[in-house]
Amino acid sequence: MPLSLLFASCLLIAALAFLMGRGKAFKSAGGDIRKLHSLPGYYGWNSALMVLLPSMAALVIWLAVQPLVINSSVSQMISTQSVEASSLDLIMSDVRRVAEGLNKAVEAGAMTEAEVSGATAESMNVRERLGAVGVALGSDVSNETLQAAQSYRDLSATSGLLRTIAVLALALGGLVFGVVRTNKDFRARNTVERVILGLLIAAASIAILTTVGIVFSLIFNTVEFFKLYPAADFFFGLTWSPSFGGGSDLGILPLIWATLYISLIALAVSVPVGLFAAIYLSEYAAPLVRSVAKPLLEVLAGIPTIVYGLFALLTVGPLLVDIFGSNGVLHLGWMQGGTAVMTAGLVMGIMLIPFVSSLSDDIINAVPQAMRDGSLGLGATHSETVKQVILPAALPGIVGAILLAASRAIGETMIVVLGAGAAARLSMNPFDAMTTVTAKIVSQLTGDADFASPEALVAFALGMTLFVMTLGLNVIALYIVRKYREQYE
Amino acid sequence: MTQMPGTIKAAKMTDTKISARNVQVYYGDTHAIKDVNIEIGSRAVTAFIGPSGCGKSTFLRCLNRMNDTIDICRVEGNIDLDGEDIYDSRVDPVQLRAKVGMVFQKPNPFPKSIYDNIAYGPRIHGLVRKKAELDEIVASSLQKAGLWNEVKDRLDGPGTGLSGGQQQRLCIARAIAVSPEVILMDEPCSALDPIATAKVEELIDELRENFTIVIVTHSMQQAARVSQRTAFFHMGNLVEIGDTQDIFTNPVDKRTQDYITGRFG
Repeated sequence: MPLSLLFASCLLIAALAFLMGRGKAFKSAGGDIRKLHSLPGYYGWNSALMVLLPSMAALVIWLAVQPLVINSSVSQMISTQSVEASSLDLIMSDVRRVAEGLNKAVEAGAMTEAEVSGATAESMNVRERLGAVGVALGSDVSNETLQAAQSYRDLSATSGLLRTIAVLALALGGLVFGVVRTNKDFRARNTVERVILGLLIAAASIAILTTVGIVFSLIFNTVEFFKLYPAADFFFGLTWSPSFGGGSDLGILPLIWATLYISLIALAVSVPVGLFAAIYLSEYAAPLVRSVAKPLLEVLAGIPTIVYGLFALLTVGPLLVDIFGSNGVLHLGWMQGGTAVMTAGLVMGIMLIPFVSSLSDDIINAVPQAMRDGSLGLGATHSETVKQVILPAALPGIVGAILLAASRAIGETMIVVLGAGAAARLSMNPFDAMTTVTAKIVSQLTGDADFASPEALVAFALGMTLFVMTLGLNVIALYIVRKYREQYE
Repeated sequence: MTQMPGTIKAAKMTDTKISARNVQVYYGDTHAIKDVNIEIGSRAVTAFIGPSGCGKSTFLRCLNRMNDTIDICRVEGNIDLDGEDIYDSRVDPVQLRAKVGMVFQKPNPFPKSIYDNIAYGPRIHGLVRKKAELDEIVASSLQKAGLWNEVKDRLDGPGTGLSGGQQQRLCIARAIAVSPEVILMDEPCSALDPIATAKVEELIDELRENFTIVIVTHSMQQAARVSQRTAFFHMGNLVEIGDTQDIFTNPVDKRTQDYITGRFG
């Protein structure tokens, strides 16, 4: 039975269980809902869950385990000579491909079932026959592979049948168990709520486990990289010039420098502008202005960063060249091309303005009205109150907001790719093109590089460095924000 | 008429500090204060009592124009401080509030050190030039507020780290530091326990030698203990004002009598 049909029949059984469970609960209470422990719907859900939980769990486990078991039993059929000649993984992927091809051929009517099971490499040109149904194979099929593929097919078919039987049996068993257990004193609500709780916990764990998974994949690949490339050269090297022929210099310092330089410019733009905007919106703006301006400002936050990147490339870059370039208004000749640290930094700063202003606005609004009254009641003006009472009170929170903005600036990619250029260099001139850690991660992994070479693996080391930096910033930011929160409780 | 002839008795008033005539306050469409006339004596404690929502806090906030900070609030009529109309367009509410300080219901020390809390007012008004003068003001304000002995060793500690009663006395000291002429107190003890309340009341009694004090309170015992004159507000009207003793022993208006005997409110 195909998977979708199996799934649908489980749902059908669950729906049946729902109706039966609810009906039985009604009956056991003699039609009087007040005699039931829980609302009738809970009895229905309880029975439905008894069907779905075990059968779906079995299905998921089966789907995960089946390929492993079949693979290991089929791979025993492959002789050691062929494994030495090629690799087991490659042969097994051939086997799977042939097996799929045979399936397809049977489905299309190009082969009969008997033909397939009786085929040998001598009696049939498998490559040709499968090519006819649209399955292209890279080489002629050896007898060994063909036999493995046949056995693979058989095992898959048997396993599929067993799977259907097991899942349906569990579903029906769940139906019987759930309905039999239902009577008016059964605590259906507690059971259902426990299951829901489990569901919530599972959802929360997925997020956390994914993070852990990401970190581990970074760590393993980083370790792999440091086996090929000395860590000291990576962390303290002053040149970044990867060459896929080997012998590249992979020093992170020029990239870190550009990352920090661009982030610094971005913060220098976004922090004052965002903060002043927040002060205006929360302290001075009339309610009408605020109700219009705040959502407008937050629209900026919804613009995809690639659009900002285009803005940097097409508008800000040329504009800066017009001013600071050799033919520019000021005849300074500081800037050679449109892509520069300054271009990316300015645009990134604009991107971060709503981030800073929105967070700061919330924090300033959280300062109790009693503080404002206290200060005004002493004869302070509004601006004195803002400067000397509200901002100091909100400062820890604002610092937290700035640190969060900084970690976003460090992790930003698209604006840098389009706005800052691709050349890694160590320079003080903000009108030079430079490139950052994130942009280099993209370029190291998007080429057709060998994944085992240091030039590709360095991306993971870069990612790990970036991860540690932003994680550190976020931890500090959260610590400060939390400390601030305790102040008024 | 809300004020019957004879309700303003020949009180033991030295001289008038604040006098209000025909004051009306509106919150949007709500008429919160209706035609209030009142004279508040200098260097004495005047208590405003009345049931919740009667307008006593609203009226108190008119006296230093704190209601200006509320957009929908509108004040009409005359309020004179030392014979000058505080709602005159030439009067800057900021300067007025330096003369008429305020202590709020909930203690609201700034999240700064104890020293900086007290020094806040003198600093923004530029009252001092030298650090020594500021030290002197801080010390004397804390002494007047009866807090000096408790905090003199921890002036650099945060004001928010004090107990509720200490915080409220800190707020009073903060108001005193600006050397105002009038101190308005809006239910200053409602967030305090009885022992802290007793200390604050004792303090109010001492402060009346140098300051004119107006206090809003829900506790009639408190009004009786600390004030010389008491005004009873009801539904936005000033029902009766007189010497505290007279109000509590021999009220003229039936509503006052009902309130102080606990029949409503």
